[in-house]
Amino acid sequence: MSKEEGTVASELTRNGEVIGYRHDDLEVDPPYLYPDYVSTRTRAPKRPLVPLAHTLSEITGPVYGDERIGELDHDLTRQYEDEPLGERIIVHGRLFDQDGKPVRNSLIEIWQANASGRYRHDGDRHPAPLDPNFSGGGRCMTDDDGRYEFITVKPGAYPWKNNPNAWRSRHIHFSLFGPAFATRLITQMFFPGDPLFFQDPIFNSVPDPKDRDRMICRYDHDRTVPEWALGYEFDIVLRGRDATPMED
Amino acid sequence: MPALTPSQTIGPFLRIQVPYDGEERLVPENDPDAIHIRGTVFDGEGEIVDDALIEIWQANRAGRYAHPEDPRDELPVEEGFSGFGRCATDSEGRFEFITVKPGPVPGPGGRSQAPHIDVSVFARGLLKRLVTRIYFPDEAEANGEDPVLSSIEDPKERDTLVAIPEEGGLRFDIHLQGDGETAFFVV
Repeated sequence: MSKEEGTVASELTRNGEVIGYRHDDLEVDPPYLYPDYVSTRTRAPKRPLVPLAHTLSEITGPVYGDERIGELDHDLTRQYEDEPLGERIIVHGRLFDQDGKPVRNSLIEIWQANASGRYRHDGDRHPAPLDPNFSGGGRCMTDDDGRYEFITVKPGAYPWKNNPNAWRSRHIHFSLFGPAFATRLITQMFFPGDPLFFQDPIFNSVPDPKDRDRMICRYDHDRTVPEWALGYEFDIVLRGRDATPMED
Repeated sequence: MPALTPSQTIGPFLRIQVPYDGEERLVPENDPDAIHIRGTVFDGEGEIVDDALIEIWQANRAGRYAHPEDPRDELPVEEGFSGFGRCATDSEGRFEFITVKPGPVPGPGGRSQAPHIDVSVFARGLLKRLVTRIYFPDEAEANGEDPVLSSIEDPKERDTLVAIPEEGGLRFDIHLQGDGETAFFVV
């Protein structure tokens, strides 16, 4: 069966039979229970999960329009009158599906700590300074090639109470939608060469080191802007479409 | 072919960026069909979860999804109804949506699905999202024939997916673990 976008799926959904999203490769994800990350011990479900063959409800999903996105929403260094402190960076990349097709016009949201490793959030008690010129949040839509770009500052590392002397690797939270309920993903982007990886249970909850590597952005000298900002490239891959309809 | 990007926890500080104001209201409060769906998220020790993000996705009252892949052009699209909502739990672990009961939508094998809302749960301590569904207590017959509900053998587990009527709306508590653990799906 061919996999031309849209058309095949529409004919099939008319009879209630849908082409779902792929289930291969889902083992790249962490397990729910990963005891080294202490919070999973009381929050991971204990019962086996129920398999759900995708229906129209799962192959559809929220459609965000450009109209909600402000022109500067992708630039976390220009939300206030003055610039935030820290190392200015450009984070850019492409959003793909598993078949290598770009995911177009899709909302990406990010949030992060400031350069000192402090989040602008009441729950963050780390005694590092807040930056009056940095909220730590941004968003953008991917373009027709699935490309996106954020301008921000490199987040600092910060301590957390998971275990004694625990520190989170520097990271930026990424929220992705893709075309369907089934493709929703929240992940974190890490920076190359972080010396804190070895003791970070969230990073290490991804079972295969090769899969962890895909959460690490690549320093991109071509995208570095002379005398202004360092470039980093981070491609993100969401689930692709099944080739044939799911059997009942 | 590119390999999938792994999931990571949303962490405790999501409110820096999400949700946006009003995302928990899918319809105006004065909509004649408006229903309030309220719930509390609990962990395996019965403690409230005050740093979760709940997302819902649903068809409109006619059963039509606001999405290009819903092929049923004969059903009306509702201006201003996206079918998507988000709500972060408050300091007491509570969330609340204002929405309408969706119409029935097609399921596998030509069977209809009972009115339902797809739900994603994100939180610190959840390394990937949990997916569940909200069904409606006044749809006993349709619920009894629903292919997804019927796929759950244990009636007690199945019942965790049916909201409970209460003063002013419906209640849908989410138990991540342990006693009364909510039924979650692999999607």
